[in-house]
Amino acid sequence: MDFLERATETHLRRIFSRKQLKRKKNLKSMWRRSASFILDRSSNSPPMADTTQTPFQNPDAISAYYQTRAAHHGVITSDWLAQAQAAVEQPDSSVSDLGAERSFNVIDEFNGWRKQPDLAEAVAAIRAMAAVIRASEATTMMELEIELKKASDTLKSWDKTSISLTAGCDLFIRYVTRTSALEYEDFNSAKSRLLERAEKFGEISCKARKIIAMLSQDFIFDGCTVLVHGLSRVVLEVLKTAAQNNKLFRVLCTEGRPDGTGVLLSNELSKLDIPVKLLLDSAVAYSMDEVDMVFVGADGVVESGGIINMMGTYQIALVAHSMNKPVYVAAESYKFARLYPLDQKDMAPALRPIEFGVKIPAKVEVERSARDYTPPQYLTLLFTDLGVLSPSVVSDELIQLYL
Amino acid sequence: MDPRRGPLAVPKVRRVGFFTSIEPSPETPRPNRSLSGPAEAITSSSPLSDSPSGQFISPVQIPPSRHHSDNLASRAAPVPVPGPSAFRRQLANDRALHVGSYNPVDSLLGTSPPSSNGEVSEDSGSLFGFQRSDSAKLSASFPNGGFDMTLRVRAPQESEAKVAIASTSDGRKKNVEASGEGESVAAKPLKEKETKSLKEKTSKAERRAIQEAQRAAKAAAKGEGSKRAGESSRPKPSKPAKQPQPKKEAPQATSSVSEKRAVSVEKERRMDVPQTQMQYDDKSRVDKAKRRSVVEQTESKNKVELFLHLPQYERGNQLPNLSSNIFSLDTIHHAVYKVGLQHLAGDIAGDNARCIAMLHAFQEAINDYTTPPMKDLTMDLTAKINGYVSFLIECRPLSMSMGNAIRFLKNQIRKLPVDLSEPEAKASLCSEIGRFIDEKILLADKVIVQHAVTKIRDGEVLLTYGFSCVVEMILLYAHEIGRKFRVVIVDSRPNLEGQKLLRRLVTRGLDCTYTHINAVSYIMGEVTRVFLGASSIFSNGTLYSKVGTACVAMVANAFSVPVIVCCEAYKFHERVLLDSICSNELGDPDAIANVPLRNNKKHSKTMDNNKNLQFLNLMYDSTPAEYISMIVTDYGMIPPTSIPVIVREYRREDLLL
Repeated sequence: MDFLERATETHLRRIFSRKQLKRKKNLKSMWRRSASFILDRSSNSPPMADTTQTPFQNPDAISAYYQTRAAHHGVITSDWLAQAQAAVEQPDSSVSDLGAERSFNVIDEFNGWRKQPDLAEAVAAIRAMAAVIRASEATTMMELEIELKKASDTLKSWDKTSISLTAGCDLFIRYVTRTSALEYEDFNSAKSRLLERAEKFGEISCKARKIIAMLSQDFIFDGCTVLVHGLSRVVLEVLKTAAQNNKLFRVLCTEGRPDGTGVLLSNELSKLDIPVKLLLDSAVAYSMDEVDMVFVGADGVVESGGIINMMGTYQIALVAHSMNKPVYVAAESYKFARLYPLDQKDMAPALRPIEFGVKIPAKVEVERSARDYTPPQYLTLLFTDLGVLSPSVVSDELIQLYL
Repeated sequence: MDPRRGPLAVPKVRRVGFFTSIEPSPETPRPNRSLSGPAEAITSSSPLSDSPSGQFISPVQIPPSRHHSDNLASRAAPVPVPGPSAFRRQLANDRALHVGSYNPVDSLLGTSPPSSNGEVSEDSGSLFGFQRSDSAKLSASFPNGGFDMTLRVRAPQESEAKVAIASTSDGRKKNVEASGEGESVAAKPLKEKETKSLKEKTSKAERRAIQEAQRAAKAAAKGEGSKRAGESSRPKPSKPAKQPQPKKEAPQATSSVSEKRAVSVEKERRMDVPQTQMQYDDKSRVDKAKRRSVVEQTESKNKVELFLHLPQYERGNQLPNLSSNIFSLDTIHHAVYKVGLQHLAGDIAGDNARCIAMLHAFQEAINDYTTPPMKDLTMDLTAKINGYVSFLIECRPLSMSMGNAIRFLKNQIRKLPVDLSEPEAKASLCSEIGRFIDEKILLADKVIVQHAVTKIRDGEVLLTYGFSCVVEMILLYAHEIGRKFRVVIVDSRPNLEGQKLLRRLVTRGLDCTYTHINAVSYIMGEVTRVFLGASSIFSNGTLYSKVGTACVAMVANAFSVPVIVCCEAYKFHERVLLDSICSNELGDPDAIANVPLRNNKKHSKTMDNNKNLQFLNLMYDSTPAEYISMIVTDYGMIPPTSIPVIVREYRREDLLL
């Protein structure tokens, strides 16, 4: 066990140091071209500043969540997979001695899981938390609980912008500790019970995407046109399943500036022989009349029943609402968060770099927020692994989960 | 449609808004809203007989079809069965093909001796109401089985309760018919034809005669019925609003054993069902309540038509009277008496304060309580508490939150273990009340403050309306932890509660703006958040709060400013509220008429005697859920659609069971 953790630790150190070297070479291309840039969280701050930073501190400027997302987007185009795998698996002799001093670190564990391209961040967090239980040397239940709490707090503070990370941690603790296992007299059996639950929860989370894809099949009918915004793995799964079920439908993809998620998605869809059309982000209203439904993923589902998703979702929902088109959201239940934003600025800002291709004068400000909040009245239904829900049910589920 | 409007004399011309209650004309009785008394028969049946003759139909209006209007009438006032044939006619319309199979039974019933027939069908009717499931058996045992079958076919369209009522009143109706036959021979063949055009063919005078006869018959039947065992507890046939509840049908069972059981069942049910407000336009009930009351309230002369169902009394004149006989009263505990007087005088305002004061008084009363000999603590204490509550209601109508607290207390009493000794039981009750105050009110407020403060950022402009102690706590706490914000306090006459808030905030160094509600649309442009208090929130998300709140929330919504309502979960109510009329409270009308700092005594005196002028001082209004962005409660921040979830999940352990 210990050995494993150290191994991941050393991997991280290694990658990190390698990264620093690499960054000096090509800072610009890194955002898109390197799969291992995940750990390099200071790409938009001046390169000089971060040499002193420890890898466990998340600099405030850039949202780590969106970097991971971007990295995973890259991974989906299969040439990236190889590179990522290579980066992780290649043993490196220049192991820093830093890692040896710490026995276990949640964030290392988390990052280890996070690198798997098909694993959502929340699931990675859940796996990492399960590892915490496994590695724990606590002798009482209380101790273990405190340890778990501490681990989840570190994870949460590591990236405050990620809603699914926070929600995943909270849900895990709820799910694991809300059990009669805590009343077992024998600590070891209780612990193994907790572990069992943790594994089960991880499994449920993994299967969520498949369940959602199955549930949403009733809503995609032959001859329909689906507008998709952003690159959501759930939405991709939904469309993939529909194509496998021999449904005939057409997809309109928004371009998804600045990271071109729509281009990637259309690439994937064309591989599945689904007719796909690429739109500019600004052409949504223009083409809305030929659209039958809007399908989006979500970074987080909040208590009001609204969603937080990639920038542009709100305006698409507004346009769809005004033209009476249904807006469907596909989101796993571990994205349900106890947040209640009242307006767009009511969230911790998640920033990301935006390239305009031309040089922007220093006096010009750039809106760099990566996400927006869509209020519930513009959403029609939410497809979750709990079932097909109307937005107001989200709050009911959350109340039952947390209270 | 609206049952409360059913018996109004002029159904087609619907007057909207506040209108004075000038007598329409000397011979036609004033449209009495009270649903009881002999006058009812006239008022409820006159629309039926008058409106078709075209008196009220303007040239442009299309007269409604008879079938339709009959339907409406019978739906609006199902029990009195205005015209005896209305119901059957409607049936015939619905089941035109079955007239043949229906008629023989009817005529058979019509000719059979009225007394026995009435007995049987009445009995069967109540049976039908109870065990509707085995209809086959029932219909076989009835003489009018076929009739019931037709009813069953129709049932899906109507509410179940309605069906039960219809079948019970059927017997009575038959009675009426049978005795009325001799007088209205002319009408009989028409009746048997069962055609729509019955009324068109009879002249006005004839119809009048029929009506007269029916009324007489009804009275006779009633007199007869009251002699019978079990009949005495039957509700008067003139309370349409109350009738549809199946529990009212329970005492009609004739055998005394089943009656007893029914009564106990009814009692239990009554405990579960939230108490509905007393309708103050119901004369008999008001009289009954008056006889029992401690406080002698003089009814105010100033009454607004739309709000007749609310209690409205002259204020201020009974206070000295009450405080003088404080020592002579032994039925009401002195602590409760004190709280009642404070409510009456308006010394305690604010829902939480009133509720806490009431609970403390109950605590004291329970402490001083001793069970009288030969009595059960649970029963006797509940009766005592009921007495206290009705006294408090006489002083000032209870708020929803107080109602919830009382229900909590009664449930605690009911749940007391039987083997508990009296001092133990009293101690446990007192500690439960203390726990309720601490957990549901005081601690809840603290949690709400913690939640709400996360929504206040630097540089915001917060608007609040009136005075809410939770909002005050939030603002002070946010200021304490160093948030930089500005407060706009919107206030309204006549209470000007906002001034109290303003004073408290300014002394603590907050940056405040004070304005009246007239300027709310002007000031809303610069506001970023609206914080509101609540008196209650209903299951459909409707906010019931100080009058003017709806206006503020709607203006905020128009400016797309988020509206945050702060409300403790114990104030949530499982009922649904659609408007501000059904449930409200009337304040002192003089408060509106008299403007301070203006010497208008003479002026108001002239206004007092003006028949055309009424003052309406409403205390509450309701804000629909769509104008509320968020509700902050002790269970966190929730959308207004989630109120039923909280009520369902968390009330169970406290109140029910």
